[in-house]
Amino acid sequence: MSEDSLEESRAETEPTLSDGLDRVVEKERRDFLVGVSAVAAGTLAMLAPIGAAVVSLLDPLRREKLSSEMVLVARTSAIPEDGSPRKFTVTADRTDAWAAYDDSPVGAVYLRRSGDEVRALNVVCPHAGCFVGVAKDNSRFSCPCHLSSFDLDGAVDDPTSPSPRDMDTLDVEVRNGDEVWVRFQNFLPGRAEKTPV
Amino acid sequence: MRGMLDWLDNRTGYRALLQGVLYERIPGGARWRYIWGSTLVFAMVVQLITGVVLWSAYSANAQGAWESVWFIQNQMTGGWLLRGIHHYMAQVTIVLLVLHLMQVLIDGAYRAPREVNFWFGLILLQLVLGLSLTGYLLPWDQKGYWATKVATSIASMTPVVGPGLQQLLVGGSEYGHLTLTRFFVLHAGILPAAVALLIVGHIYLFRRHGVTTPKSAREKPDGYFWPEQVLKDGVASLIVMATVLGLVLWSGGAHLGAPADPAEPYAAARPEWYFLFLFQWLKYFPAGWEVIGAQVIPGLVLALVAAMPIIGGWKYGHRFNVGVATALLAGIVMLTWQARVQDSADPEFVAAQAEAEVLAERSSELAAALSGIPVEGGLAMLRADPLTQGPRIFEANCSQCHRFEGHDGLGGQPADPPSASDLAGFGTRAWLAGLLDPERVATDEYFGGTEHVNGRMSRFVQRGVARFSPEVRSDLAKVIMAVSAEGSLPAQVEQDAVQQTEIEEGRALISGEEINCTRCHTFRDQTEGDVGPVLTGWGSRDWMLGMLHDPTEERFYGEDNDRMPSFGAEKILTEDEMGLVVDWLRGDWVRQDSQGH
Repeated sequence: MSEDSLEESRAETEPTLSDGLDRVVEKERRDFLVGVSAVAAGTLAMLAPIGAAVVSLLDPLRREKLSSEMVLVARTSAIPEDGSPRKFTVTADRTDAWAAYDDSPVGAVYLRRSGDEVRALNVVCPHAGCFVGVAKDNSRFSCPCHLSSFDLDGAVDDPTSPSPRDMDTLDVEVRNGDEVWVRFQNFLPGRAEKTPV
Repeated sequence: MRGMLDWLDNRTGYRALLQGVLYERIPGGARWRYIWGSTLVFAMVVQLITGVVLWSAYSANAQGAWESVWFIQNQMTGGWLLRGIHHYMAQVTIVLLVLHLMQVLIDGAYRAPREVNFWFGLILLQLVLGLSLTGYLLPWDQKGYWATKVATSIASMTPVVGPGLQQLLVGGSEYGHLTLTRFFVLHAGILPAAVALLIVGHIYLFRRHGVTTPKSAREKPDGYFWPEQVLKDGVASLIVMATVLGLVLWSGGAHLGAPADPAEPYAAARPEWYFLFLFQWLKYFPAGWEVIGAQVIPGLVLALVAAMPIIGGWKYGHRFNVGVATALLAGIVMLTWQARVQDSADPEFVAAQAEAEVLAERSSELAAALSGIPVEGGLAMLRADPLTQGPRIFEANCSQCHRFEGHDGLGGQPADPPSASDLAGFGTRAWLAGLLDPERVATDEYFGGTEHVNGRMSRFVQRGVARFSPEVRSDLAKVIMAVSAEGSLPAQVEQDAVQQTEIEEGRALISGEEINCTRCHTFRDQTEGDVGPVLTGWGSRDWMLGMLHDPTEERFYGEDNDRMPSFGAEKILTEDEMGLVVDWLRGDWVRQDSQGH
């Protein structure tokens, strides 16, 4: 190849300034598109596992709640006649995740009787969820955790009581003369209104 | 050898890495005050090792958690030590974390450029607290169950998302299998992974910035991490481990309460000691202020601590930080102390704690005596135990009139005096001998408070028995043996078998001329007038169940029944409950030395 032709070809390939700019822009655009594609591909690949994970983790939100059907708790004869409260275990058929239980303990209630009328209070403290106890002299309820205090009707009886509401009353029906049926429910603690869990 | 290591270094570059790790330059040389971070890494490694091995025997479900922890604690070789180390190291870790944090604050080691590392440390502190909180529930005993209920209740108070958050944590609306699987994945999966990542980041940043040297170190020659500082760190770790082992041995290992029971109160519910200040704190917030006390204020305090690196750059900022941190620590100590003082001054709490301890021991004893926990689980096992349930049923249903060794079954004293017999030892020879004692029959122990105090039995004892000659008295002793033998009490069967001759004689004497029980009672096929309760099978399980079922039956008191309710006929008690109280009164329960009944 002659000197001239070499010069010529060099001139042909020598990039001009605008050529260079074009290339830089072109490369940037290319890199941007490749980057976007890489992120998109990666995200798409992760979508299914993350989606499945999130949906599964959120499953408890759409689970059916403990049935709030009436359950037989006691006979009226087992409740003291003098109006003092007595604790009864509430048993019910329930399904806990994969396991079905017959007649297993789900909670407890205090039952009180005045004449034929029976009243039921959930033992769980509306403050923070502890198990409310009965004072030794049967005069009131008091929570062993943060010292919430209630009268025998379950009403807050102390202005400094940390409980935001009275103890949770439950629906009671006396069936067939002496069967005490209770609609057993738990309620969200720490709020003034009674919201079923 | 040399060649192989060279090859490995060529392929991995491990020497440079090792060089970097070991020969970190320490301005002013190794010091004892730099040990805290290393002891924390050591603690985490201990938790990882013990935790993974605990995991190898732990079962995260509501019918396996307590059961498997019981197994680890009582059956697995070395299990109590393993669990003890894990339990106490968790507590020591909290102490070390607080010391580390206070040192960083006091030394001003949070200032630029170390802000991010300070925040890493704060997150680590919260992750470790999260590990403690989740770990507390895993044994699924009463203590963990009720304490964690408070924690998830507090989560549910969060505005707007609270109820959903609680459901996600608990795995549903109620505590159950999924609560454990979820707490376990947090405790053994997510939180440890996050801790590991952050520790790597924490150490990386620490290496990047170097130690914060005290003024006194500046004149001293520099040193290296290896071996001077490693020796100090090693000795410190050894002291930490010795402390933990000391705690394990002193306490006899980590505690395991009775199995969690949603229907049984746990009045001794308290969080682990390092959360006690929060527990106490909540007592001071009246109705409607729970969220402020449980979430807003702790959140603000945490935000303030997080802002300390920034505040530290201001004039007097460092003094402010140290002041705030000291005040916070003092407040925490004070609240913890108050919680302790209030609890120990509360007789009901002290009693509840003692009762919880009895239940814990009984649960463990039952599991051992049955040579394993029945497949229904620890809670069902405890609920079927007469020794545990009998006194409760007695207290609730019998103690208005009866007593047991002078108390209500649970050790309490009802308001009204007894108006029926003391049933402790009912069916034994001693109990019968007391009934037939002219001095005792009309006391509170027997018929004192009943209509029977002036009845025929009472008159027979006070007038007839009182005048018995010594010979008739020795006959009466045999009659007592014979009648008592009807009950086949577990504590007496062996003695009865040995004294079969006397018992045979006694049976003949029951309808003898002098003693003549069958004038009023039926014994086997002998009777003249069926007035008092039947003596055939007296004190046996069937006899007592029958009496509880309906004392007005002809074979018991009939029309002469004095106030005793028909617990079975009126369905006051279930068959199971009557069985439990009868078995308890008869002393018929599973014992450690026997296998079953």
